[in-house]
Amino acid sequence: MNFSIYDFTSFTQWIDKVLYDNLPAFWAIAVEMTIIGVAILLFYALIGLFLVYAERKVCAFMQNRVGPNRVGPFGFFQTIADLFKLLMKELVYIKNADKLLFNIAPFIVIIASFMAIAAIPFAKGLHAIDFDIGILYVIAVSSLGVVGILLAGWSSNNKYSLIGAMRSGAQIVSYELSVGLSLVTIIILAGTMQFSAIVEGQANGWFIFKGHIPAFIAFIVFLIASTAETNRGPFDLAEAESELTAGFHTEYSGIKFAFFFLAEYMNMFIVASIAATVFLGGWMPFHVGGWEGFNHIMDFIPPFVWYIGKTFFIIWIMMWFKWTFPRLRIDQLLTLEWKYLLPINLVNILIMAFIVLMGWHF
Amino acid sequence: MKEIINLPVKNVEEEEYHINMGPQHPSTHGVLRLVVSLKGEIVKSLKPHCGYIHRGIEKMCEKDTYPQIIHLTDRMDYLSAHINNHAVCMLVEKALEVEVPERVKYIRTIVDELNRIASHQLWWCSFGMDMGGLTCFFYGLRDREKILDIFEESFGSRLLHSYYTPGGLMMDIHPNFQKNVKAFIKYFRKKIKDYDELLTGNIIMQLRTRGIGVLSKEDAISYGITGPSARASGFACDVRKHDPYGVYDKVDFKEILGTTGDTLERYMMRMHEMHESMKIIEQLIDNIPEGDYAAKMKAVIKLPAGEYFQRVEAARGELGVYVVSDGNKSPYRMKFRSPNFSNLSVLDHLSRGCKIADLIAIGASLDYVIPDIDR
Amino acid sequence: MNNEALKERILGLVPDAEYQENKQFLTFIIPPAKMHDLALRLKNEADLAFDYLFCLTAVDMVKFLEVVYHLESTTHRHQVVLKVRTEDRVNGAVDTVCDIWRTAEFHEREAFDLMGIRFNNHPDLRRIFLEEGWVGHPLRKDYVDEVNIVEF
Repeated sequence: MNFSIYDFTSFTQWIDKVLYDNLPAFWAIAVEMTIIGVAILLFYALIGLFLVYAERKVCAFMQNRVGPNRVGPFGFFQTIADLFKLLMKELVYIKNADKLLFNIAPFIVIIASFMAIAAIPFAKGLHAIDFDIGILYVIAVSSLGVVGILLAGWSSNNKYSLIGAMRSGAQIVSYELSVGLSLVTIIILAGTMQFSAIVEGQANGWFIFKGHIPAFIAFIVFLIASTAETNRGPFDLAEAESELTAGFHTEYSGIKFAFFFLAEYMNMFIVASIAATVFLGGWMPFHVGGWEGFNHIMDFIPPFVWYIGKTFFIIWIMMWFKWTFPRLRIDQLLTLEWKYLLPINLVNILIMAFIVLMGWHF
Repeated sequence: MKEIINLPVKNVEEEEYHINMGPQHPSTHGVLRLVVSLKGEIVKSLKPHCGYIHRGIEKMCEKDTYPQIIHLTDRMDYLSAHINNHAVCMLVEKALEVEVPERVKYIRTIVDELNRIASHQLWWCSFGMDMGGLTCFFYGLRDREKILDIFEESFGSRLLHSYYTPGGLMMDIHPNFQKNVKAFIKYFRKKIKDYDELLTGNIIMQLRTRGIGVLSKEDAISYGITGPSARASGFACDVRKHDPYGVYDKVDFKEILGTTGDTLERYMMRMHEMHESMKIIEQLIDNIPEGDYAAKMKAVIKLPAGEYFQRVEAARGELGVYVVSDGNKSPYRMKFRSPNFSNLSVLDHLSRGCKIADLIAIGASLDYVIPDIDR
Repeated sequence: MNNEALKERILGLVPDAEYQENKQFLTFIIPPAKMHDLALRLKNEADLAFDYLFCLTAVDMVKFLEVVYHLESTTHRHQVVLKVRTEDRVNGAVDTVCDIWRTAEFHEREAFDLMGIRFNNHPDLRRIFLEEGWVGHPLRKDYVDEVNIVEF
């Protein structure tokens, strides 16, 4: 087996081969799924912990503060300490709450983000499953999370939670359109919905550059809409701290609250991954046509680093939004979607289709 | 389940529900409870319930001597503590017909204005936070800290100073006072631009505040709204202009009046006021005359029998102190007409028909300090 | 309008108002029955235009309870103080002025809560600071609270 950090295909195929050679087909698949599940779970937890830390540091940076700096070097283990705190906290049960739904809700939210992460290509060949309708799958699965939020708000028997959940419902249903349509713009350009094919298609230039202005507009729209989809500021109406105390998760405590918290960060990671993959070339290095020397240097940087770098760049932009903008009001939020983003998107798709038809893209 | 089914729901579409905002709520800025009737997200009506930190200051005053009362006034509007002290001190001085030295008047005016800036800075912090921009809070507090440092150096405390006494000041200013105040003005003139960049010019903030919670001039007068909130509606109510005290009659400053009376205008009034306050301080800081820092007062202060009223312009509006004296060393009846109490009464009027988010913005623009409401 | 002219004007409106000597403000004691009518005219007549009630409070003078209105005109900048007295300490009532000056609504509730003066026609006369079941009115001179008030 020749293992390389530039191409994981041989590595994953080797695992596959070893398993199928030694085990019956059913058990081979079972073991494979378990390995993937554990790997994703670990990755999920690590990224979640790191993102919480990163957010606190970024927000401290924006606010003239130091941020966490006591636990471990530069406060790096602060989130781990917080995790233990959340694990050990009492789970408060609400009188007259709908117990079943109240308990299920955080799991629905977190499972939705789990499922979405399965389809994302982290590097060449490092891919849990490569659907030929990968984008469609991710959009479909990531919008399941809203069901959890609605259930949480409904079952808490708290009016603040209910208002938060209703806002969240209206918000996600609306912004789902813009997220989908801005991705459709790129699907037209790429001609495929398969993530691996989309990334391959960007080998000689990222789609944001290839698709001229329409791709750039689609990128901006996606950035706005996906920030709204993850319920983050300035679109954090569902939890709107100063209005609804904590919105849909007002009544949650301990590990169940941690699930919502983690899911928010993972959703941010997922939409940032999609943006990085679809618009910024995923794990593809940055190439400039004609500059062979430069391109070679770029190729030395492993794909996984490229992918993480791009994703975190977008996450950083989303954090920047959150810590500098005031919150929108619910009617302004819906106006922004239905009166501005959606029409822009529809026209944008037409322009993109025209460009592709005429073959004006690179 | 039975109870839920038997609820007397006449028409589901007309059904209103109530939520309690407070006593513990992030944006009531203290222990205020607002019972809000909502229909969906729209506020139908609102009833404020105050008194959660009613300490009976007026009752306590009836047992205290005048110098003791000063310490109680700090605890009303703790963000403009100096200005509250000023009201009681001037009332006593007026009743006893004591002329305070010029130096005292200058220092009191400067410190009042510094206190006003500090108060508006904290208001800006909390306004930003209520709008959802958490970063504002840290920017505002960073700059407020500079003023508190000046206060701490000169008066020994950061929040509740009790620096004024009837007839003058507790002690003279620190030798560094003038230098530090000038340095602060220079620093803050630069930093206030950050405020505009971060919040004032922000499109979301402008959209959320323009045309929201419009208060007409007639309503402002009728509801007794004072301070920047009333001046946004065009009600010229600045006591510093109409009934000058301290050395406000010797300095050049504008009473800025707004026209629209909406939330954005109330916001702008306070931003302008910080500039005006800095202008006042700049005119006075180099001209503090030499002299005593307190006039000679009797050891036991007894006001002659009668009634006295003193108004000052606190950071949130007009503070009135009404005293009925029977000639004893403590007042017979003491009443504080606090600006926030009157300002609160208009909240119901302004927020009807608005959304929950607007209610928060309107409340933030009226700038409550709950201890001043409850007293 | 200067104070002399204002005095003549108000005494012309309510002849049985009693003028009270005060250094700072022009002060009148008004019979309770005439207060609401006078308040209306003070606000609405153009040369008076007392549109700003900047303080409303109550004082317990032991013999009687007194409601004190501090009025100012924002156009003419003249001020006047009106007082209304009631001797009935149990059911003493004064007509509300909150239909004339909206700010009176809260201030009258405060006076009711702490001093126990009722205001006729007030839209929402409840205690404002103290809880509903509170016994007595703390700012009265005869209020006793052996637990919380320490006499020296």
